[in-house]
Amino acid sequence: MTLTAGAFYLFAFVAVAAGFLVISARNPVHSVLWLILTFFSAAGLFVLMGAEFLAMLLVIVYVGAVAVLFLFVVMMLDINFAQFRKGALQYIPIGGLVGLILLAELVTLVMAWQFGDKVADNVTAPIPAAEQVENVKAMGAILYTDYLFIFQTAGLILLVAMIGAIVLTHRQRAGVKRQNISKQVARKPKDAYEMVEVKSGEGIGSASKKG
Amino acid sequence: MYKFIVFLPLIGFLITALWGRKIGERTSQLLTSSLVSVSAVLSWMAFVDVAFGHNQYSIHVLSWVTSGTLEFNWAFRIDTLTAVMLVVVNSVSALVHWYSMGYMHEDPDTPRFFSYLSLFTFAMLMLVTADNLVQMFFGWEGVGLASYLLIGFWFKKPSANAAAIKAFVVNRVGDFGFSLGIFAVFVLFGTVNFADIFANAGNYQEAKLVFLGQEYHALTVICLLLFVGAMGKSAQLGLHTWLPDAMEGPTPVSALIHAATMVTAGVFLVARFSPVFQYAPDALAVVTVVGAATAFFAATVGLVQNDIKRVIAYSTCSQLGYMFFALGVSAYGAAIFHLFTHAFFKALLFLGAGAVIHTMHHEQDMRKMGGVRKFAPLTFIFMTIGTLALTGFPFTAGFYSKDMILEAAYASHSFGSSFAYVLGVAAAFMTSFYSWRLAFMTFTGECRADEETQHHAHESPWIMLFPLAVLSVGAIAAGFVFAEYFVGHEREAFWNGSLVTFAGDVLDEAHHVSGAAKWAPTVMMVLGFLLAFQMYVRRTDIPAKVAETWDGLYAFLLNKWYFDELYNFLFVRPAFWLGRVFWKRGDEQTIDGFGPNGVSSAVAAIAARARKLQSGYVYHYAFAMIIGLALAITWFMAQSPAGTH
Amino acid sequence: MTADLPSFAPALPEIVLALGAMALLMLGVFRSGKAYTQVSTLTVFLFILVGVLLVAYVGGERSVTFSGLFVTDSFAIFSKILVLVGSGVALMMSSRYMADHGIDRFEYPVLIALATLGMMIMISANNLLSLYVGLELQSLALYVLAAIHRNRNRATEAGLKYFVLGALSSGMLLYGISLIYGFTGTISFDLLADSVKTGEHAGIGVIVGMVFLIAGFAFKISAVPFHMWTPDVYEGAPTPVTAFFAAAPKVAALAMFVRAMFGAFGELVTEWQQVVIFISIASMIVGAVIAIVQTNIKRLMAYSSIGHVGYALVGLAAGTEAGVEALLVYIAIYMTMTLGSFAAILSMRRNGQMVEEIGDLAGLSQTNLPLAIGIAIFMFSLAGIPMLAGFFGKWVVFWAAVEAGLTPLAIVGLLASVISCFYYIRIVKVMFFDEPAGNFDADKGRAIPLVIGVSAVLHSPVSFLLISPLIAAAAWAAKSLIY
Repeated sequence: MTLTAGAFYLFAFVAVAAGFLVISARNPVHSVLWLILTFFSAAGLFVLMGAEFLAMLLVIVYVGAVAVLFLFVVMMLDINFAQFRKGALQYIPIGGLVGLILLAELVTLVMAWQFGDKVADNVTAPIPAAEQVENVKAMGAILYTDYLFIFQTAGLILLVAMIGAIVLTHRQRAGVKRQNISKQVARKPKDAYEMVEVKSGEGIGSASKKG
Repeated sequence: MYKFIVFLPLIGFLITALWGRKIGERTSQLLTSSLVSVSAVLSWMAFVDVAFGHNQYSIHVLSWVTSGTLEFNWAFRIDTLTAVMLVVVNSVSALVHWYSMGYMHEDPDTPRFFSYLSLFTFAMLMLVTADNLVQMFFGWEGVGLASYLLIGFWFKKPSANAAAIKAFVVNRVGDFGFSLGIFAVFVLFGTVNFADIFANAGNYQEAKLVFLGQEYHALTVICLLLFVGAMGKSAQLGLHTWLPDAMEGPTPVSALIHAATMVTAGVFLVARFSPVFQYAPDALAVVTVVGAATAFFAATVGLVQNDIKRVIAYSTCSQLGYMFFALGVSAYGAAIFHLFTHAFFKALLFLGAGAVIHTMHHEQDMRKMGGVRKFAPLTFIFMTIGTLALTGFPFTAGFYSKDMILEAAYASHSFGSSFAYVLGVAAAFMTSFYSWRLAFMTFTGECRADEETQHHAHESPWIMLFPLAVLSVGAIAAGFVFAEYFVGHEREAFWNGSLVTFAGDVLDEAHHVSGAAKWAPTVMMVLGFLLAFQMYVRRTDIPAKVAETWDGLYAFLLNKWYFDELYNFLFVRPAFWLGRVFWKRGDEQTIDGFGPNGVSSAVAAIAARARKLQSGYVYHYAFAMIIGLALAITWFMAQSPAGTH
Repeated sequence: MTADLPSFAPALPEIVLALGAMALLMLGVFRSGKAYTQVSTLTVFLFILVGVLLVAYVGGERSVTFSGLFVTDSFAIFSKILVLVGSGVALMMSSRYMADHGIDRFEYPVLIALATLGMMIMISANNLLSLYVGLELQSLALYVLAAIHRNRNRATEAGLKYFVLGALSSGMLLYGISLIYGFTGTISFDLLADSVKTGEHAGIGVIVGMVFLIAGFAFKISAVPFHMWTPDVYEGAPTPVTAFFAAAPKVAALAMFVRAMFGAFGELVTEWQQVVIFISIASMIVGAVIAIVQTNIKRLMAYSSIGHVGYALVGLAAGTEAGVEALLVYIAIYMTMTLGSFAAILSMRRNGQMVEEIGDLAGLSQTNLPLAIGIAIFMFSLAGIPMLAGFFGKWVVFWAAVEAGLTPLAIVGLLASVISCFYYIRIVKVMFFDEPAGNFDADKGRAIPLVIGVSAVLHSPVSFLLISPLIAAAAWAAKSLIY
């Protein structure tokens, strides 16, 4: 067993175990933390395969942004997770059974897996060997050529996600103060204040009356 | 022109049926009445053209059915027989339309009434103009439907509903025979067109029909089946029970449908088929016997009825019996002649009775009438004319036609003819008696109605009297004007082949019967009148005594020979019992229990249970998805041995 | 490393739709707040333009572009036209409802346009990857649309449920794709067809992957047992959105389903047939039976759509060209029926409030006869009463099944449609024989009466004139799928 193989099994085991803990943890905050661990293990697996760019992306985007966002959301939402789970728990026996059956079937399936004659032919865009080309370049080369269509459509999906987020959450509240830069810039001194000559002994009463 | 005659009433029906409420009562009444009147005028023109111009027409309207060898069109066969019927139907119908405007003016549903009347007229015209059996059957069922609707016109009255259903059901028995007859005709002749049937009737004289291993004379079978249909429509003995009950309908309806036109459809059918009946003497014998028995039976029942309309209804039944036995002895012309004259005086009587009822505020029981002459002198005159015509007073219409029938029966040598003559003469006596009884009980003596009714009794409006006047003219004149053509020496040219007539036939012989036979009906008529006068005008206590003395006979007659009770026992109750068994045991318990109801309640139970699965919880839904997926995968894994590919 | 620019021509309608949707989005943003009507109208025109491009510019020739990710052929044209009609009509029906409920936001038509774009991509997908992105584009827009009435709890609940379950189904789909890739080394339809043809790789792995894939599809078309979201979402979402859900996405997902089955797994027909038969039967029965106990008409329509998907799948289960033809005929008829029915539901408005219970239709024939007749036609057509278009649709699918030797399936379908008659006809009974429940408000706009009228006429016996062109078009479309 080489070092690579050892690392693989380590990461793989941690990923699965952390994944299990995500769904079994009592505290939702802990769940998110386990999720982060899962992401890290996956990133490690990517590195082992020579896809260090993807590994970094996973760490930066998922751990750095997504998971942290989750954490905020989970902490801010006032949901009684314990009650939530109590309902689900009564289904554990039958759910577990179904899950086990599925698992067993998939395991048998994977055991039967082997490369067929045509699989090699079918793999149309094999990843070039890591030594020959840099990660980013290799991805870019197919992302903007062969998969241009997918790339653009994915952009549209993100657009929809953005529109959706705005539609569903953006509210215009009355009385919210906003910054209007052009108005600020265009503001003149006389809009802001007024020079009043105050005669001694009379105070500003008459002046304010006048204003 | 013929298309106008037939379709004008249809147009009237459609307009009033669809937009009757919109165009208003008055408009719909005037519209339908005018359209039918135009038809009537046109029919008289057609009658002159066809009967005296000796023309025949066949008018094609549209191709109807072409299926294998069965082929027939929608066409009008216009010959003298049809022309006579057109005149009868349209004239009476037009008069009844006008009359109804007065009679029904208090009714809130007049557009419906008039649309039904027009529908009936149209169906009747379809029947009489038919050029094949199927078209005739269409008209036949059409008049049945219209009759059902009109008898049940006051559908809020349970008795009217029951009468309508009874009429429909009894007619169905006859219609069944008729449709079997049509099938038999098609089997034998391979066609349903009249022209082809009549042309070939002679060739099939010896033909046999095999049924259940027995051979029957084909033409006799056909004729008997058709006659069963005719019996139903024309209320002949056995299938007559619906006609008196049909008097539940408004009186104009009784006049139009149940006196003048529809009930004569059976007579028309047999007359139309005279070329075929001619080859089936056994069938003719049956017609004679049934007709004569009906004439006698109905007359006896008429003697004791107290409802003014029922008396006339039984009288109608009896007169129809006359027509049938005239047909039976092959005096077709006489039968149609009597149909023609009868239409006038019977419609007159019914409409007159309607006027009396109108005068007496919807009172129909003659025991509560009397002295109506005071209130309605004109009605009295018209009714008397009708009674004279019906009883066969010399030189009125009935005198010519009825006497002709009796003479023909006397002269004929066919089976049953002397039986028919005897019964016919007896019936003539009774006809005279019950007719005058009706007249005396209604119009003479002291008024037996209550004060209130007497106070409001009044003559009917002119719109009701005018049709009576027209019909009176017909009741007096139709006899001597037309006798020569219908049954006299002109008859062969007149009928022009539409009926079987030939020189030296029974009508010829009938003109030469002995004087005694000739005058017997007239004598009977006079005797009947005298007896009625004695009993109901001079010594009004006699009827009660007679009824007391022969109480058995009286009850027997009053209850119409217990026909209804007999049928009730024989058919109605077993049918109800059988129906109940099939309904409760067969349908509800067996078929519904295991079939629709069982399945539907099972489905409802499953649905209610399945709905619980739709709990609203996302994880239930997700769970269902995963179970489904797992099942499908397991299915395939189980199919293919694991580990192979 | 250079590569030639792919040919954009076959995808021009999609490109126009994408650019148009973004332009409309900009328009809406800059005219902040008041742009609903304008954007909505322009979106309908955009759909029309795209439709014209599809027919006139692209045409029915099969052509593949974007490195084999995108295909267009007569099948795609037929389905896309249906989708565009469905989306456009649903959008036209929406205005009044959206305005009344204060959700007339310009994002609504834009989202519909983007969802439609996703559907067109699904229909044209020639690769599991493009299929997936198209599906996600569509689904994401639908999730948002379901929840667009965000101040109403039911709507947000509907959106959330749809989203969560949709994510699960996407997961299944992706899992299936990964299995298929693992066992064949490809996700391109053409190569897949080639791989399974040899038989060697048509191993159990591919089949299981395919089953996962079918599970994902079945969710999108709401076939049993992946249908559970449908009633809740249909009931919770705003009615015009429900109308939209019931029409265009169903067509698109079915078309995608058909193309994937025939395009990629044509050789595995005996395998996928079994699954399709199962979900078809289950859908027909569940749709027919559970609808009986519904009182809310939108829920009823949800079960009705489940049932109708089952009938459409009978055509797919046949696994023949005639079956596909029948399926296309069926969904075309189904879509018009559904749009008409929802237009009628949208006119159920009493005292300014929408009403959705079946009981609210009571005695409609006395208060609004034309509407009652329209609804009666839709219900009879949905039930498949002869002389109406719905009958014809059922007839062709059942016939296709019988011809393919699946008589038992056709019989189950017949039984299910007998059961379903019960609740369709009950609505007619309620409308015509019950005591009136009161008047509906008059329709202000013209769009809804127009939709009701046109689809009622299309489904009346007049439809027999339109059947043969429809069949010809469907046959033309089906031909391109089997080669």
